[in-house]
Amino acid sequence: MSSGGPAPGTDLAQIFKDLVVTFLLAAAIFGTTIAFKTETAIGGLTLETHYGLAAAVVGVVVVGRFILWMTVWRKRTVAVSVVPGGLKQAIVGKLGFLGKYFGPTMLLFALVFPFLPFTDRYLLDLGILILTYIMLGWGLNIVVGLAGLLDLGYVAFYAIGAYSYALLAQYFGLSFWICLPLAGILAAFWGIILGFPVLRLRGDYLAIVTLAFGEIIRVVLLNWYQFTGGPDGISGIPRPTFFGLPFKRGEGNFADFFGLDYSSMHRIIFLYFLILLLALVTNFVTNRLRRLPLGRAWEALREDEIACRSIGLNTTLVKLSAFATGAMFAGFAGSFFATRQGFISPESFTFIESALILAIVVLGGMGSQVGVVIASIAMIGGFEIFREAEQFRMLIFGLAMVVIMVWRPRGLISTREPSIFLVRKKSVSADMVAQGEGH
Amino acid sequence: MSKQPLLQIENVETFYGKIQALRGITMDVHEGEIVTLIGANGAGKSTLMMTVCGNPRAASGRIVYDGTDITNMPTHEIMRMDIAQSPEGRRIFPRMTVYENLLMGAAVTDPQYLEEDFEKVFDLFPRLKDRRDQRGGTLSGGEQQMLAIGRALMARPKLLLLDEPSLGLAPLVVKQIFEVIKELNQREGLTVFLVEQNAYHALKLADRGHVIVNGVITMSGTGKELLAREEVRAAYLEGGAH
Repeated sequence: MSSGGPAPGTDLAQIFKDLVVTFLLAAAIFGTTIAFKTETAIGGLTLETHYGLAAAVVGVVVVGRFILWMTVWRKRTVAVSVVPGGLKQAIVGKLGFLGKYFGPTMLLFALVFPFLPFTDRYLLDLGILILTYIMLGWGLNIVVGLAGLLDLGYVAFYAIGAYSYALLAQYFGLSFWICLPLAGILAAFWGIILGFPVLRLRGDYLAIVTLAFGEIIRVVLLNWYQFTGGPDGISGIPRPTFFGLPFKRGEGNFADFFGLDYSSMHRIIFLYFLILLLALVTNFVTNRLRRLPLGRAWEALREDEIACRSIGLNTTLVKLSAFATGAMFAGFAGSFFATRQGFISPESFTFIESALILAIVVLGGMGSQVGVVIASIAMIGGFEIFREAEQFRMLIFGLAMVVIMVWRPRGLISTREPSIFLVRKKSVSADMVAQGEGH
Repeated sequence: MSKQPLLQIENVETFYGKIQALRGITMDVHEGEIVTLIGANGAGKSTLMMTVCGNPRAASGRIVYDGTDITNMPTHEIMRMDIAQSPEGRRIFPRMTVYENLLMGAAVTDPQYLEEDFEKVFDLFPRLKDRRDQRGGTLSGGEQQMLAIGRALMARPKLLLLDEPSLGLAPLVVKQIFEVIKELNQREGLTVFLVEQNAYHALKLADRGHVIVNGVITMSGTGKELLAREEVRAAYLEGGAH
């Protein structure tokens, strides 16, 4: 890294100046965020002060930078190179080798995960959450990663799926298994409705309109009180059954039917496998589609829209199909979310969800299926690890994103596997290739 | 030339907003011909070619292909009528392999001839065969141009539209590409409409040529005639033949 740090050399005056700037910046950030805190008390809000803590944090930052000056940045005058080229090549080669076994290993792990001795309710719930985001990431990957359409309102289709199931169950008493495909179809339908007027737009403009669409759906759900329950949400959403066998205590239920002792874990394990199955279906369908003319057309669209038109592709239809397919998987995931939670409200479908799913796709490397898995585990798992430091979670999250985007601007997995090949696959890192128009 | 022309452009005018790019262009391309359109930057060469493809659309006038009025047809439908285009700036799909790029060219073509067409393209451009599993974006400029033409040929066109195939290429590569165009025309009877800045090569290759200046065709004639004309030499060939 040649940028970032100050110029090489250990000129004392320069270091001092740098430390003063550091101090001021740190004081401005932490002085406002840590030193003052409002607490709800009887009779209103009171202001609490944490001057000591704030001073300590600022001190750590300044001292840390000083240590960096004395150690890492001092040596920069001698050696600047980060990683030798040969080593980098070797690492990339190794990664390719590992990549072949990574997918199957992860799948195997996912299959046995609920039965591992250390797996408790908490870990299983976390696993379900991660798998939900993996599924959403894979779904959005079709739109953003393959077709190159920046969609900032993906959560709208997730919400449509969730509300489809909740409302169909509430008003018509339909079961989860009937509602699941319906939710997907409805979400895809809305994807097309949105797509028709919007997909003439490109890049930033498309992003803004999809962002607005995401908000519109949320606001409608929030304000259409008679139908959706508004901010109260919908509660008592029926739990899924195991082919008609409910997960309840008593006769004729799942545990009884299979001669097992009743345990509340059965339902959680079932939910885990349900979302695993849904996610795998998403992955399977995406991978199949990539090998079909339609999937190749998506990728070609991402690479160059004008070229697509010159070879006679109807770009509107290609875009719509990508949008609808992506929306459909969000719809499936949404109805799963509804049945798992048993309660949904517009709160769950805010912009931050869209941003999170998009971050997973971008972080993983656009268009990479394995990348989405790694990114989901890192992001959702990371959120859990830093749950203690809730106040600083976003700070750490933001910092991590910046670091990764500097190191790997194309995402963690930036290679693209050819969808068709003659003898052997060749994976060429994306940074060796000019960027397409779709990005 | 009593036969109906394959492509007929009648009095076409095209605007970009309020700016008029084409001021009533009339020309035609007969079956089996190579027709070239030469002109300086911004003269409207590419605009005419893009107007034939329906993007931008002609404000007035008529474009007839093989007896069908295509003036107001959607672009993707025009491009499905045995017309193929190798767009300006090549526009190959950089992250897709050579093979995938060629396959995309046949995206809307009957897959029955796929193998045969691959053979044909690899025969014309052996370099592409060597690089078949390589990313389009890692190819050299000349190879990318070959790929763009190859991709267009995969659609089994009767009429091939070439938009500045010599753009940014070394003279030797330009020569090679023009030789292939000639071969295609002579061996397969492929009709070619060629838009070029490289007037010398284009006129040498073409049966007929037109010179476009500010959206108007100012000179027409056979390739040889135009090449011999003093105005053409002065305006487009100054600096001598390459």
